[in-house]
Amino acid sequence: MNFKSAVITFPGSNCDRDALTYLKDLTQGEVLNIWHEESSLPNVDLVILPGGFSFGDYLRSGAMASKSKIIKDVISHANDGRYLLGICNGFQILTEIGLLKGALIQNKSIKFLGKDCYIKKKFNNKFNCNIQNNEVLRIPVAHNEGNFYCDQETLNYLHDEELIAFEYCSGEYSLDDANINGSLDNIAGITNKNKNVLGMMPHPERAYQDFHLSNHGKKIIESILS
Amino acid sequence: MRFKILIRLKSQILEPQGKVIEQSLKSLGFEEFSNIRQGKLIEIDLPDSLNERERLEKIDAACKKLLVNEIIEEYEVLG
Repeated sequence: MNFKSAVITFPGSNCDRDALTYLKDLTQGEVLNIWHEESSLPNVDLVILPGGFSFGDYLRSGAMASKSKIIKDVISHANDGRYLLGICNGFQILTEIGLLKGALIQNKSIKFLGKDCYIKKKFNNKFNCNIQNNEVLRIPVAHNEGNFYCDQETLNYLHDEELIAFEYCSGEYSLDDANINGSLDNIAGITNKNKNVLGMMPHPERAYQDFHLSNHGKKIIESILS
Repeated sequence: MRFKILIRLKSQILEPQGKVIEQSLKSLGFEEFSNIRQGKLIEIDLPDSLNERERLEKIDAACKKLLVNEIIEEYEVLG
């Protein structure tokens, strides 16, 4: 199989290199790094919008990045049914583009959270199909605006259409609430209606190598490739 | 002409910075201060050659396109 993927870099992205390594190691295919000012995105199977602080988080996290030149092609990529994964700031960018519902607002604690968290799968999709129900994944988070918010009607829609991919839960080493940031219904990641676009706050690319505290982040790419 | 755009989080959304500011003010003796919420102020110059309606239309379009996320925020334009 010749799986092709790409990582978009914005000014202020800081997880793009990790995402590139993650894709190279786990897909064994060609991985492109695309600068946000490029006018076209080559045909690839998966695009990652990486974590970081695109445009310094000015105005709102992800707001300026969502208007970058490359985004027009990112939207076409998603509309063609190919895979698009937004991690952390990438999730914020996807909600600002409007490919995903809701918004990510400041953590309830007003603290930047940089630590491991625990998540489990809520509804099945192509990004988590290799993960068992009730299997707890240990994956790091690093965010200031990870508190998922939407109105009640949208929240009902996310449940009814089974678009919630991951929810925070308690785990072996957790000392505090399962819901680390105040997200509605413990939401850690959602998909679009076609389930080919996933946004998630935890960083799977920081949990796959032998020296990481867990390798549970592998399961997302393994699911996509399965 | 200079315009001011006030952007605030919708009232049903918790605004944690305001809560902390309130606690701090209370500790400084401002016990009667309550319901503090912090928002944003954006100031913009527009040429006088545009008429009032055109200016407001442009500001409105900019708010909807970039400056405001209407899922969580609301805005008010002050002349």
